[in-house]
Order: sequence, then C-alpha cells, then structure tokens
Amino acid sequence: MKQGFPAAAHEALGDAQLRRNLWVATHTIRAKRAAVVAERADWEELREAGRTIKRRVLRHLDDYLLQFEQAVGRAGGRVHWARDAEEACRVVAELVRATGEREVVKVKSLTTDEIRLNDALAADGIDVVETDLAELICQLAGEGSSHILVPAIHKNRVEIRDLFRERLGLPDLSDEPRELAEAARLHLRERFLRARVAVSGANFAVAETGTVCVVESEGNGRFCTTLPDTLITVVGIEKLVPAPEDLEVFLQLLPRSSTGERMNPYTSLWTGVTPGDGPQEFHVVLLDAGRTDVLADEVGRQTLACIRCSACLNVCPVYERTGGHAYGSVYPGPIGAILTPQLQGVDRAGTLPYASSLCGACYEVCPVKIDIPEVLVHLRGRVVAEAPPSRSERAAMRLLAWVFASERRYRLAQRLGRLGGRPFVRGGRIRRLPGLGAWTDSRDLRPVAGETFRDWWASR
Amino acid sequence: MRISLFVTCLADTVAPEAGRAVVRVLERLGHEVEFRPEQTCCGQLHLNTGYQAEAAALARRFVRVFGDAEVVVAPSASCVGTVRDFYAGLAEGDPALEGEVAALAPRVLELSELLVGRLGVEDVGATFPHRVTYHPTCHSLRMLRVGEAPYRLLRAVRGLELVDLLEADECCGFGGTFAVKNAETSAAILADKVRHVEETGAEVCTAADSSCLLHIGGALSRSGAGVRTAHLAEILAAES
Repeated sequence: MKQGFPAAAHEALGDAQLRRNLWVATHTIRAKRAAVVAERADWEELREAGRTIKRRVLRHLDDYLLQFEQAVGRAGGRVHWARDAEEACRVVAELVRATGEREVVKVKSLTTDEIRLNDALAADGIDVVETDLAELICQLAGEGSSHILVPAIHKNRVEIRDLFRERLGLPDLSDEPRELAEAARLHLRERFLRARVAVSGANFAVAETGTVCVVESEGNGRFCTTLPDTLITVVGIEKLVPAPEDLEVFLQLLPRSSTGERMNPYTSLWTGVTPGDGPQEFHVVLLDAGRTDVLADEVGRQTLACIRCSACLNVCPVYERTGGHAYGSVYPGPIGAILTPQLQGVDRAGTLPYASSLCGACYEVCPVKIDIPEVLVHLRGRVVAEAPPSRSERAAMRLLAWVFASERRYRLAQRLGRLGGRPFVRGGRIRRLPGLGAWTDSRDLRPVAGETFRDWWASR
Repeated sequence: MRISLFVTCLADTVAPEAGRAVVRVLERLGHEVEFRPEQTCCGQLHLNTGYQAEAAALARRFVRVFGDAEVVVAPSASCVGTVRDFYAGLAEGDPALEGEVAALAPRVLELSELLVGRLGVEDVGATFPHRVTYHPTCHSLRMLRVGEAPYRLLRAVRGLELVDLLEADECCGFGGTFAVKNAETSAAILADKVRHVEETGAEVCTAADSSCLLHIGGALSRSGAGVRTAHLAEILAAES
C-alpha cells in the first residue's frame, strides 16, 4: 500500500492536464531564469556572497534576533516570539481581536501558510482575504498552493475563468488574461480600501535596523503594507540578514532566480512606525516552529539559507511530473523535500527525502548554494535510523551489504542471480520479475550476464 | 600507465561488455590494465538509500582494495562521484580513513576524464559507422563536470554521426532505488527521455554510466523502436 509521496504522485501523474500545465509553466520560467542569470558574469560570486551571508546569520542567529527585536522596538514596532505554529496563530488572533476588526487582508506569505494562519483566524471568526492573484485563485478554489512562487501553477486560464465565473459571480467572463486580472482587481480593491488590518510575511528582516522587506510583482502586497492601520508581519527566524547593505546581494539573486526578471516590480521596505504615514501599529511575530531543530543538524542547517525563490522546483524532473500538491506541504519540490521532513520530523514526512533521483539540477540553480542532494542523502540516513521504511527493505539492504563484504559471497550471489533469473529471461531480457514489478511494469531488466566481467577477466 | 579498473558491481554483473570495452580501449592505447578481484561495490546503493553504516563499510573496503593504485578508472560517473564526493563524509570521525580517502579520491576517474583530462587523448582509434546520440548522465554532468570530454571522444570516432539529444541534460529518472520507491514518477521521467532519444533517429544511445543505460535501455527494448544502448567505452573500443 503506497503512502506519502508515492501515493500522492500517483494521482498527479494520472492528470494529463496538470502535466501539460506544469510542463509549459516550468519550462517557461526555466528559460527566463537561464537567460537573465547568463547576463551576469559575476553570478557565481553573487551566489557565494549569498551563501556566506546566510551562513553568518545562522552562526550568530541568537545575537541577530535580539538585535532585530531591539531595532524594531526603537522604531516603534513590537516583536512577539512564537515557539510553534499554535503560539504564532494565537498571537496574531489576539492582535487582530484587539483592533475589533473581523476582516484582514493578506500579503502572499508561505510562512503564514505553513502555520495555517487562515484556518486559525477563521476559527476565531476572522475573515482572511488573500490578495496575491494566485493565492486568491487557490483560496477561491479551496486548494492549497502548489508552487512557492506561482501558487496556481497547476491551473490554466480556462480553469481560472470557470472558477471566477462561479465564485466571483461573473457569468460572462472570458479567459483573456487581461479580463481575468481586471476581475480580480475589482474584487480586491474594494477589500484594500476597507481593510484596517493586514498580515504579511517577509522575504528579509534586517537585524541592524529592524527593517522588513517584501518582494512582489503585483503591488497588492504594498496595498496591504501601506493602507491599513495595523500591520502584523510573521517572520521565520531564519529570514534575518545582518545589515541593510546585505539586501543588495539578495535583491539581485532573488528575482533572477525566481521570476527570471532582472528586478521585481515591487520591493517594499518598512521600518517600524512613521507617524502619519502607513500603519500606526506594527507587530512582528518571530516564528521558530522547528527551525532551531534544523539549525542543530550540522548537515541539514544549510536548508535555512533558502530564500524561497523556487528555482529548484522549476528545474526538478520530479516536480515537473508530479506538481506541488504531491509533496503534502506548503514547501514543495526539492527544497520542500529537505525542509518539510526537518520541520515536521522524518517520522512524519519520511517519504519526502526519497522523492528525488539525486540528479543535482536543484543544487546547480540554487542562488544560495544549498547542496540539496547532500541534505537529501543525509535525511535518508536519518529516516533509516529514526523511522525505517520497512523490515524487508532493511533486511535486503543488510543482506546485500553482507554479500558485498566478501568476494566469495559476491561471486556466489552472481551465480545464484543468474540461475534464479533464468526462468524469466525472454530474448535476452527480463520483462517481468516477481517482487520487482515496480521496475518491470514499465521497463525491461537485464539478466545476470552469461559471463560476468570477472569471469571473462579470469579466463583471459 | 598502469590503470586499475573498478568495473562496478552493476557492469560486472549485468553489463560486462562495458568493462571489457574499457580494457580494450586502454590496452590499445598502450596502457597496462589490472583488475583487482577483491573489488565489489562502491556503496552508492546503500548510501543513497540511507544505509550509511553499510555504505561506510563498503567505502572502507574500496579504499583497502584500491589504496595503492596509481589511477583507478570506472565506466560509471555516479560510482566515481560517490568516491570523490561522498567518501569523505562517510569517513568522518575516522582520521586514518579520512586520510586514505583524501589521498585516493582524486585518483579515481571516470573513463572520459581519464582519457581526455589525464591522458590527453581524444582520438582513441575507434571506428563506429553509426548514428549516435549521447545522453550526458546527471553525475557526469553535474557532479564530475566532465563537460565536453565525451563529445570530443565521440567526434573523433571514424564514421560516427553524432546527433543532438533534445533536453539532453535532463535526468533519465533512474536514481538507484528511486526507480523502485517512486516507480511511477521515475517511469514518467524515463518516458520523456526515451521519446527524445527516439526522435533523434539515432541507432545507438550512449552514455558514461551503465546504470542510466540499463534504465534507458529497459524502456527502449520494450518500445520496440529499434534504438539500442551502448556504453561510451563500447563505441570507443569499436574497430571496423
């Protein structure tokens, strides 16, 4: 019985429309990224700088967090510390309740998706409006995001038209991108103008100044961070950078890696509260939710350097076929395959580290040089140690190791394999082998050679 | 040069023609090839499936078998990549082994690395009058970074017509136990690779890894379109 990733992938692989949507989208972004990255002769130096800054942050995270808290306080904001998702949601709900409002507008934010903030606020009778176009599409469809950057990548425009016709009450809407965007714009503008409270995430948070940075394409995020009276920003503790000048590196790495643009259309930076300008009440919720556990793992900690660009998703042969929902988390693709098991525990997400052929395409495009294959292999080791996949696998792997430990046993195994496989060989191939149907369902297997290499060598 | 062949457990057992071809090519170039029969597996299978203790034992064995070899060659980029990129991690905490790994790893080479990079040869005197497409395997491309070396070797083969493979640098979907643990995803990736191979009109699909060729060949033989696989070494060994 399949579970976890293989089971979810089975469903996705059967959806031909999804496969086509994903192929077109990932190949388009992939080509754009490759083109704008190739423009930079110093791309490798930028990547190295990004990696180095993030490593410094992680090495001194405790200091930077306290520095950030003080800086936010000096600038008129307030920092709240949240150990886990539940605590973070409670803090945000209390802050919203204190304003007396029942509706909040939201900037696209993975971190708040991770802690399921929308559900928590809904349970408290607070309405959350997603304002990123793609997030809005997902929210209206009642689906989760399937891509870090392009949450509705799994949908094409006909599917979106049908959704808007039904959910926004626009029966005559066409599937022209312009008309679709206009429909969403009208729907959202109304909410921006009446919203008194906004919730955002953050791409970066500057320890030295307490500045928060959000990078986006639509400008809807900026509506949220400027119009309401109260702004609540939820930030994972790994999102810090030491000083404002460090943003120079990341604001070059991020857009080129994510949307394949030289620069994204909207980069919003704000520091605390400015009297008479923008939100007059500003709160930051610093979220741990498993991150310090990730930090404690010497190999795994590099995962925390991720800037959520999604370049690894767009080049991944697995993601391209299965889409994001198969990863069962707001963090899909290669980065999700290493982040989710570390945040949730390898016992809960033990199939994810295996959801990769270790082809290395992700590592090659990562703007902060996270060695994703290295972490995948490391996490597989943790799965085997902490939550072994099955007794039969363990027994088979131990037996094989025992065979490989001796030349005599190895030769014997070759002979047994030749004899055992013989009844299944047809025309020099094995088309079906009991116990190995997972392989032979779609490909032939080569039998043990009539004369192994070592036999040939011995007879020379 | 005296070259020690690490044939790999996979080629030894199911694709011995790749190993024989490596021997032929190197001997034709005037080198002495040795085969140390105590060799078995590099441990990649165990390592990539999460069985690190077992993989470490095999790394130890590999170092014991090949430690004093002048240079080791293998018809597999992924096995070479395991030795060069992962053995150091497996040896951690054992200073003696760490030292031995550090000394040996740089001398373990994939065939095209050895020929072009180390021996400075591009024309190995082969003749192979066929239409061929080359699949750059993930580990030769992104781990060992063999770059142009295999293409140079193929271009120097007499009679060989090299045709470009669409989306060549994409994985074939093998990935060791990935092909079994995530068989359906693996098969979906493979289907696209095989379609691109067949679209080239090539008679032969070649690569630097027996394992990827086993995977691609397993689908090619089933599709019946008539394209066959041959390890890079087999083409370089061919004489008319």
